[in-house]
Amino acid sequence: MQERALPQERRALEPMKKNTLSIDKGYGVFLIPGIIAFFLIIIFPFMINLGISFTTWNGIGKPIWVGLKNFQTLINDSVFWLSFKNDLILLIAMTIIPTIVGLLLATFLFDYITSNFGQSVSSFFRAGFYLPQIIPGAVAAIVWEWILQPDWGVVNYVLKAVGLSSWTHDWFGDPSTALLAVMVVLVWVQLGYPVVIFMAALQRIEPEILEAASIDGASWLQKFYYITIHLIRPEILVVVLTTSIYTLKIFGQVYVLTRGGPGNVTNVPSYYAYKNFFETQQVGYGSAISLAMAAIIIVLTVVFINMQSRQEREESV
Amino acid sequence: MTSIRHLNLHDVTKWIVLIILSAFLLLMLMPFVLVTLNSVKTEAEFGLYGPLSLPRGLNFTSLIDFWNRVNFTQVLINSTYISLTVAIFGVILSLLNAFALGVGKIRGRVWILVFFLMANFLPQEALAYPLYYFAKFFHVYDTALSVILVFTVIQSAFGTYLLSSVFSAFPRELIEAATLDGCSKLGLLEYIVAPLSLPTLSVLFVFFFIWTWNEFFLPLILLPSNANQTVPLAMAVNQGQYGMNITAQSASGLLGMLPCIIFFLIFQRTLTRGITAGGIK
Repeated sequence: MQERALPQERRALEPMKKNTLSIDKGYGVFLIPGIIAFFLIIIFPFMINLGISFTTWNGIGKPIWVGLKNFQTLINDSVFWLSFKNDLILLIAMTIIPTIVGLLLATFLFDYITSNFGQSVSSFFRAGFYLPQIIPGAVAAIVWEWILQPDWGVVNYVLKAVGLSSWTHDWFGDPSTALLAVMVVLVWVQLGYPVVIFMAALQRIEPEILEAASIDGASWLQKFYYITIHLIRPEILVVVLTTSIYTLKIFGQVYVLTRGGPGNVTNVPSYYAYKNFFETQQVGYGSAISLAMAAIIIVLTVVFINMQSRQEREESV
Repeated sequence: MTSIRHLNLHDVTKWIVLIILSAFLLLMLMPFVLVTLNSVKTEAEFGLYGPLSLPRGLNFTSLIDFWNRVNFTQVLINSTYISLTVAIFGVILSLLNAFALGVGKIRGRVWILVFFLMANFLPQEALAYPLYYFAKFFHVYDTALSVILVFTVIQSAFGTYLLSSVFSAFPRELIEAATLDGCSKLGLLEYIVAPLSLPTLSVLFVFFFIWTWNEFFLPLILLPSNANQTVPLAMAVNQGQYGMNITAQSASGLLGMLPCIIFFLIFQRTLTRGITAGGIK
C-alpha cells in the first residue's frame, strides 16, 4: 500500500484518507439484533422487575402501588439478613478455600509434578480436579445428598463401621450441620476452577525470574510469596471476584439439598427470592430481594472492572 | 557415593509425593466412583454389603428403571436441542456484536461492553418473574423456545465481552486490504473475521453448550412439565418422588453426570483453552 502511495504522495494520500474513514463506518448495523435482543430479554424485564418491586402483587390480579414499603420490610426482615449472612459464610466455601487451596495445588502441580513427572501427568491431575466443575450444580447436589444420606449414606456408613456411631448425623437435616454440609459440596465443586486458571497463569512467569531468585538464595516459600503470588495477581483477582458473584447466585444446590431449611439455616437470597415469587406469591417482595442482589453484584462488577483497569495501567507503566 | 544416595532419596520422596497427591485426587473423584459402583448393584446387595463394596455383578435394573421413570431419552433430546440451539445462535449473536464493537470500534464501545458484562453478571432472579409472565403472555411458557431465547441472549452477553477483546487485536491491515479490494462489511465478517477467529468461536460454542446444559434456575421456572424438562431439572425434580430407593438415587446421580463427563472427555482441550482465555467458568 505504501509502495503504491510513494510515487505521487499528495494525490495518493487523499483517497486513502477517505478509505480509512469508510473503513471505520458501517459497523453499527451489526449491533442492531444484539441491542434489540438485549432490550427485550434483559433490560425490559429488569425494568418491569424494578416496577414490580414498588407494588404488592400476587402475580394474578392487579399490582397495588405501595412505594418503598417492600424495601422497608426488607431492611427489617431477619430472614433476609440471615440468608445474606449465609451467603457470606458460603463465601468461605466458594471463594476463600478454593482460591487458597487452588493456588497451592496449582503451584505444586506446576513446580513439582511437571518437573518430576512431565506435563502429561500434571495435566491429568488438573483435569481430575476440574471434573466436578462440569457437572450441573443440581446433579452434584443429588450425588452428595446420596453420600450424606442419614440412614444408608456412605459417610454415616463409614463412621459406623469404624466405631464412631456417635458422630453420625442427619447432615442436611440437623440445623447444626446443614450449612457446613452444603459448604462441603460447594468446595468439592469449586476447587478445580482456580487450579486451571492459576496453572495457566503460572505459565506466564518467566523461569529466569525464579532462577535468579534461587541463585540469590530465596527459599521456595519466599519465591512463592514474593514472586509467584505477585505476578499472578490479575488471575487471583478474576477468581476472587467471579466466585464471589457465583456465591450470590447459588440456587440449584440449596434447592436440591435443603430448600433453605431446616428453619432458614441454609437459606440464601436467591432461594428466598424464588420462594417469594413462586411459593408464597409475594411477587413484589421477591422483586425487592432480587434487586438487592443485583445491586450487590453491580457494585462488585464495578469494583472488578476498576481493579482490572488499574492493574493494566500499572503493568503498562 | 553421596550423590547416588541423594538421588535415591529424591526418587523416593518424589514417588511418595505422587502417591499422596493421587490419594487426594481419588478422594475428590470418590463421589463419581461411589455413584457408579452403587448404580449397578441390586438393592439387596446394597443392604448386605453396604455402599463401599464392589458390585458382585452388573445389574442395570436401577439405571433402566430410572431411565424409564423420567423418560430419560426425551430429557436428553430436550437438553441437547436446547443447548445446541443456544450455542449456535449465541455464537452468531456474539460474533455480530463483537464485530461491531471489537473490529469496528464504534463510538461508546467501552460503555456498551460494560453493559454487556453487567448483563452477564446480573442475577437471573431479577429477570425471572417478568420473563415467566411474558412467556405465559406470548404462549411460549413450557416450551423449549422460551429457554432458548433467554439463554441465547444471556450467553451472548459473555460471548460479546470475550470476543470483543479478542477482536480489538484483530490485524487492521487485513481489514484495510480487504476493504480496498472492495469487500463489504458483511464480506469482511463472513470471509475474514469469522474464519480467522474459528478457534475462539469453537471455545465459545462448547462453553455455551455446557453452560446451557447445566442451567437450573430459569428452566425450573419456564419448563414445568415433565415432557419438556432438561437433564438437571428431571434429576432434581424427581428426587424423593416415587419413593426412590438407595440404588435408584445413585442411578439418577450417574445418569445426570454421565453426559457431562462425556462432553468433558471430548472437549477437554477446548475447555482448558477457554477457561484460561477468559477466566471463564
